[in-house]
Amino acid sequence: METVHLKINNIPVEVPKGYTILQAAKEANIEIPTLCYLKDINCIGACRVCMVEAKNRRGLLAACVYPAEEGLEVFTNTPAVRKSRKTTLELLLSTHHKKCLSCVRSNNCELQRLAAEYGVDEDRFQSEKPIHEIDDLSPYIVRDNNKCIQCMRCVAACKEVQSVSVIGAIKRGFSVHVGSAFDKSLDDSPCVGCGQCVVSCPVGALTEKSQEDKVWDAIADPDKKVIFYTAPSIKATLGESFDLPIGTNVEGKMAAAIRRLGEDVTVFNMDFTADLTIIEEANELVERIKNGGTLPMFTSCCPGWVKFVEHYYPEFIPNLSTCKSPQAMFGAVLKGYYCEKNNLDPNKVFVVSVIPCTAKKFEVTRPQLRSEEAYDDVDVALTTRELARMIKRAGIQLTDLEDEDYDAPFNKATGGGAIFGATGGVLEAALRTAARTLDGDFKKIDFEEVRGPEAIRTVTYEVAGVKINVAVASGLANARKLLEKTKKGEADYQMVEIMACPGGCINGGGQPIRSDSVSNYVDYKALRSKALYDYDANAEYRCCEESPVIKMIYDEYFEAPGKEKAHKYLHTSYVERGKYYK
Amino acid sequence: MAEKTVPAFKDTPEQQQKLREVIDKNKELPGALLPVLHEAQEIYGYLPIEVQQTVADGLGVSLSEVYGVATFYSRFSLTPKGKHRISVCLGTACYVKGADKILAEVEKKLGIKSGECTADGLFSIDSCRCVGACGLAPVMMIDEDVYGKLTPDQVDKIIDKYIAEEGGSN
Repeated sequence: METVHLKINNIPVEVPKGYTILQAAKEANIEIPTLCYLKDINCIGACRVCMVEAKNRRGLLAACVYPAEEGLEVFTNTPAVRKSRKTTLELLLSTHHKKCLSCVRSNNCELQRLAAEYGVDEDRFQSEKPIHEIDDLSPYIVRDNNKCIQCMRCVAACKEVQSVSVIGAIKRGFSVHVGSAFDKSLDDSPCVGCGQCVVSCPVGALTEKSQEDKVWDAIADPDKKVIFYTAPSIKATLGESFDLPIGTNVEGKMAAAIRRLGEDVTVFNMDFTADLTIIEEANELVERIKNGGTLPMFTSCCPGWVKFVEHYYPEFIPNLSTCKSPQAMFGAVLKGYYCEKNNLDPNKVFVVSVIPCTAKKFEVTRPQLRSEEAYDDVDVALTTRELARMIKRAGIQLTDLEDEDYDAPFNKATGGGAIFGATGGVLEAALRTAARTLDGDFKKIDFEEVRGPEAIRTVTYEVAGVKINVAVASGLANARKLLEKTKKGEADYQMVEIMACPGGCINGGGQPIRSDSVSNYVDYKALRSKALYDYDANAEYRCCEESPVIKMIYDEYFEAPGKEKAHKYLHTSYVERGKYYK
Repeated sequence: MAEKTVPAFKDTPEQQQKLREVIDKNKELPGALLPVLHEAQEIYGYLPIEVQQTVADGLGVSLSEVYGVATFYSRFSLTPKGKHRISVCLGTACYVKGADKILAEVEKKLGIKSGECTADGLFSIDSCRCVGACGLAPVMMIDEDVYGKLTPDQVDKIIDKYIAEEGGSN
């Protein structure tokens, strides 16, 4: 590898050619502040907060885009640099609505942190503040442009990572703001709801639509029985909101904390319906292969991906598995089977799913998830961040709690269900089950070929003389590539797993937001995924069909995969939505 | 998300055909969006959502990108222009002589804001920066006619003259 030698604050460093000053400085243990730069997502040198000085270079240089050159002598902490950064921050604050006291990003805001570090005068530049209408019409994301610093990270995440591009910079100069075309609400736009914009935002301009209060109300209501269940990835990420190292599995503490949110709060394990999804989906795949059904079959557990197909590739709707997502299956199981068995009125059972994702907040509003009796299968979908805030507000010291189990009967699940939270996990769990359906003596458990960080992974397996071509992609820009290939007939897959967010649910739009000083340097996606794969490796059961809860529910209720009751409660349908505005 | 007053969009098969040709001619070129929007505005006189969607589809870019470019350059208009185009100068000389009050009076008279067009398509209002007649400040132009040394109370009469020419009342 070709390298270059340079000095950062007189410290010699050798870095690969192509590194920026920002990356080279990190090698010398110097962190240069950034606001618009976000690794792999946005690199436009716009915010000017990463300015540095260099010997024999005129003016200051933007470290995030300026290449590390041979012999360059960089200074990151001179009076000119500090003054420039401070002034830049003061200018940003001149139009910023400084409502830090009531902002959900307070203490996790990159602008707030830098303002404190640089000792800014927040009112140095007095100017007329443009007033932007808050867009809170969608059921999942709120945009408050009064807090936006126009770093364009959200725009880049939407366009480059997701190839959706429903937001952009509008107008120019003092009037510039980020929004959807024709200044329509996000709710009217062909947004898929993934929330990658939210986790890219350095400030509080983009947040999930909070529904904590609705849950508090239900907990306080003596007529309501409140049931929580937590998605597979939450156990691997919730700890970050309580300052635990990235990738700490807090499953037991999480169950204990949720139980303490109120009297008579029940907490179930959503890995169970991940298992259930696999049983139904593997069955559907085998049926499609046997009966000449539409192939490839696409997984349907990611609501961002489902909405993407509905908006942009409606011709592939028949390829989507008809299986509901694990979140939706659990809602249906609780308000159907569980209420029936325990003689409960579904209208008095308040179901709260804890999910890594803003698109799942949209999913629970789908009319397909409303029963014929007009109750919603899931009442509220809470993101990991909202759950963390609820636990904190209740004064529960999560890190000090002893581990507890989930509540019976939905407490046991498999490692196959747990890895749903990482890209490739659904496919791996499905392969474990499908291979054993086709060949009773099949032994392989770890399908490591479908794991990993590559954007698109394709593998061919041979089971009982049948060749199965599979593909995995995460990030919708990658999904789009796979779809285009499939459309042109250049690919012959039987099963394809897509997750809208890069890395899967562990990097979902509802997960704890890592500041750029973490995400620019640490592979947090790999650390979070590892927590799930370690969990799987040590699990009592690893193939979904082995779960005792799965056996129980088919024996007691659903009879067999794809049967009438299973079809009614566990399968769904999709709609074509159009790629422009409502 | 305030809606502006915009007359309904109508187009002809000739306009559609022309726009398709423009898109086909440019779509393989890098940076095709800007020239295509220029020509689209020539064809339609403005860039309504329907035209921007056709451009987005034809060039394979998102509508939000098209809209971003269309709103960045002040030469692009999202609303149709009226039969009579009123342009109030807000350049420095006119501004210090009270051009903002002239503009407010015009807006009040026609019931639309700067950048909009009346529902009957007769008038549109824009502000501009200096028409080069600073000695006459404040200045307003209607089509090719220049009105100088204006006071707000003159606005009503001037516009009424154009309404009378059209044989109606506004």
